[in-house]
Amino acid sequence: MDKGTVIPRLRLTSCGPAAAVALTAAVAVLLLAPVSAHAGTLLPERGGSPNADRIASLYALVLVFAGLVFAGVVIALVYALWRYRERRNPVAAQVRGNTRLEIGWTVAAAGLIVFLAVWSLAKLDAIESPDEAAAAPAAVEAGIVEPGPGQSLRIEVVGRQYLWMYRYPGGVYSYGEMVAPVGVTVELDVTSVDVAHSWWIPKLGGKIDALPGYVSHTWFRIERPGVYTGQCAELCGRNHAEMRAQVRGVEPERYVDWLERQRALIREADEQVARDRAGSGA
Amino acid sequence: MAATEAPAAPATATRAVPEIVAHRVDRPVSGWLGWVTTTDHKRIGVLYLATALAFMMVGGVEALLMRTQLAEPSNTLLSADRYNQLLTMHGSTMVFLVVMPIWAAVANYVVPLMIGARDMAFPRLNALSYWLYLAGGIVFYGAVFFSPPEAGWTAYTPLSTGPYIPGNGTDAWIFLIHLTGVSSIIGAINFTVTIANMRAPGMGWSRIPLFCWSVLAQAFMILLTFPVVAATVTLMLTDRHFGTCFFDPACGGSALLYQHLFWFFGHPEVYIMILPAFGVISEVLPVFARKPIFGYHAIAASSIGIAFLSTLVWAHHMFTTPLTTIVLAFFMLSSMVIAVPTGVKVLNWLATLFRGSINPATPLYFAAGFLVLFTLGGITGVMLAIFPIDRQVHDSYFVVAHFHFVLVAGAVSAAMAALYYWFPKMTGRMLDERLGKLSFWLQFVGFLGTFLIQHSLGLSGMPRRIYTYASDAGWGPENLISTVGAYVLGIGVVITVVNVAWSLRRGRRAGPDPWRGNTLEWFTPSPPPPHNFDVIPRVRSVEPMRDIRHAIAARTAVEAET
Repeated sequence: MDKGTVIPRLRLTSCGPAAAVALTAAVAVLLLAPVSAHAGTLLPERGGSPNADRIASLYALVLVFAGLVFAGVVIALVYALWRYRERRNPVAAQVRGNTRLEIGWTVAAAGLIVFLAVWSLAKLDAIESPDEAAAAPAAVEAGIVEPGPGQSLRIEVVGRQYLWMYRYPGGVYSYGEMVAPVGVTVELDVTSVDVAHSWWIPKLGGKIDALPGYVSHTWFRIERPGVYTGQCAELCGRNHAEMRAQVRGVEPERYVDWLERQRALIREADEQVARDRAGSGA
Repeated sequence: MAATEAPAAPATATRAVPEIVAHRVDRPVSGWLGWVTTTDHKRIGVLYLATALAFMMVGGVEALLMRTQLAEPSNTLLSADRYNQLLTMHGSTMVFLVVMPIWAAVANYVVPLMIGARDMAFPRLNALSYWLYLAGGIVFYGAVFFSPPEAGWTAYTPLSTGPYIPGNGTDAWIFLIHLTGVSSIIGAINFTVTIANMRAPGMGWSRIPLFCWSVLAQAFMILLTFPVVAATVTLMLTDRHFGTCFFDPACGGSALLYQHLFWFFGHPEVYIMILPAFGVISEVLPVFARKPIFGYHAIAASSIGIAFLSTLVWAHHMFTTPLTTIVLAFFMLSSMVIAVPTGVKVLNWLATLFRGSINPATPLYFAAGFLVLFTLGGITGVMLAIFPIDRQVHDSYFVVAHFHFVLVAGAVSAAMAALYYWFPKMTGRMLDERLGKLSFWLQFVGFLGTFLIQHSLGLSGMPRRIYTYASDAGWGPENLISTVGAYVLGIGVVITVVNVAWSLRRGRRAGPDPWRGNTLEWFTPSPPPPHNFDVIPRVRSVEPMRDIRHAIAARTAVEAET
């Protein structure tokens, strides 16, 4: 067989591999440089609630192993492509496999998976189950929860196109922004009245779907007052992108004040509606 | 050749080869009528390929429109409803009209050739598969002139069944699933029967090319799961029009049931799209490393293992729904387990390259690119399988990045490798190497630019399927990078299309075996005659063409190069 004509003996083009690799690296650096300052570039959002922090720690551990595996594969690949290129290694070894080696790496891969699974399952409860810690004294004083561990405030979250509604104990409700006391474990019962939505405030933990006909549960515990934002994470129609969600963490006494004010506003509005109805009915 | 006769069986044959003896040969129909009426697996393969590439251009333009809309905060290029329509069309097009048909194209063309058959087992059913696929595409894109679907390619209920979306676009989506689904089921039966019954003498199960193994595993997954999605979308159709209530909670149905049924199909679908890609890589690497595949049995077995496991992992798409923790834990573990056979494949591919003599041709470039990018996609898949982590990144741009790494960098890179590898066989001409490598680098860099940064977007809270975002969200720079990357990727793909158009007429002549291949398709001229082989050789190993080259070398005293 004539090597020169039949076999494509391929010269690298002007856009050679070295230049291309350098270009790729340069692009990667350029891509990462402007955004590395942001939070959430490499890790999930954290800093609002312990479950978000724990998810971020678990993610960090998995990311380390993921990075090692990926780096290993890429280094092995680049080395093989360079070391065993045709010009340097004209004759290939005719090896068809190595049962011991293959069993070895299958076991190693399985071992890594088992380790990650066991580690994740060990961390599971702390992420999934609402924090049992006793509420801050101020919250107990304000009458939000009973003293002692395992107490929590339940707030109902109802999704609808394209607005979140929150129902607090005692019949108070609000739209768009949830107000929550700091230092208290807040359990959420999430549902929907029309299509599927998804409740997600990244700094306050993972998302949970709001499905009509089902109630999903999640929780958060805010320690520092502040505003935590998120938005609906399940395609719910044309204004899906505008379905924002916001949680304002406030001191317990301010939470109680707000609750009172909100109750008064609701009563006032209800009375206004009743008057209007009576007026138009007459 | 006016008539074909069964060649006299060689003395060493142990088993009669079923072959057809033709006593009359009709004049071939020429021109476009020949293409429309053809039952030749090679022509059907080319029809599939051309149609899939055309839809790929359409789906790509849809993607670029979405990326342009997202390039800056509060952009007003697209309205919310247009954007939802585009994301639905893009997803459905790429899954049902591009990636699956590309594998149907490649498998149609090369499987009979690889196993030494004269055609598929059921040539007319094969033609029906193609025409049903085309009909599905036409019905789906017909909706563009009325009201395009806008519930996403997953069409979750009750959004898709209730009074939330005006128009009947969702019905067009349902018929897309039905038509392409029946097409795939027929094709799967055809490939299964062909591979089971029509192999060349001597090609036992452990000598079947690995691409054919992957097609076989894929066919079983199609047979298991497409009937389920067909039933599911039929229930959706009756919910929409005939007053049933399977998925609508307002009258006692379950929105969660739809998700279970859809993902029971939907996750195996991912492997339906990626397994043939694994098969291509397993064919390309040994040829360009001049070295046998490392661990043939492990790779074939892992394809079967992945096919089996793929039916047990569906609820990892539902980690944010109200399922009990024990169910979540089961699906987390099953989804992590599937990483083992996949990881084994990657290691076997790497080992194939080690101690080889690597010919740096374009198919190898794409195969190496596949290894880098698919590995990253597989690793983020393991991260997503851990459901507490999934709760943070599910339905965010992290997931968008993950599945594009698997499906674009995985399936499309492998499809590019397949195109550059088998184009000489299909047309008799080589694709241009310089354009090929330029296309590879643009696709590689463009792909990384588009999707690597999207992991960060997801981690910083950007949900998928939103048509706009406010500037105070801080996602502007990342999105701009992603959009620029998408255009680079698009240019890379267009260069390959230009390469195909140019090389069809002007490409260098390939000859029967330009790559010194291992499998039987390289034994016949390029392009192969309608009956594929004048003589079907007896197969003695998993690399029959290599054996033939050695035998010729021995007889002609010309030294063979492995």
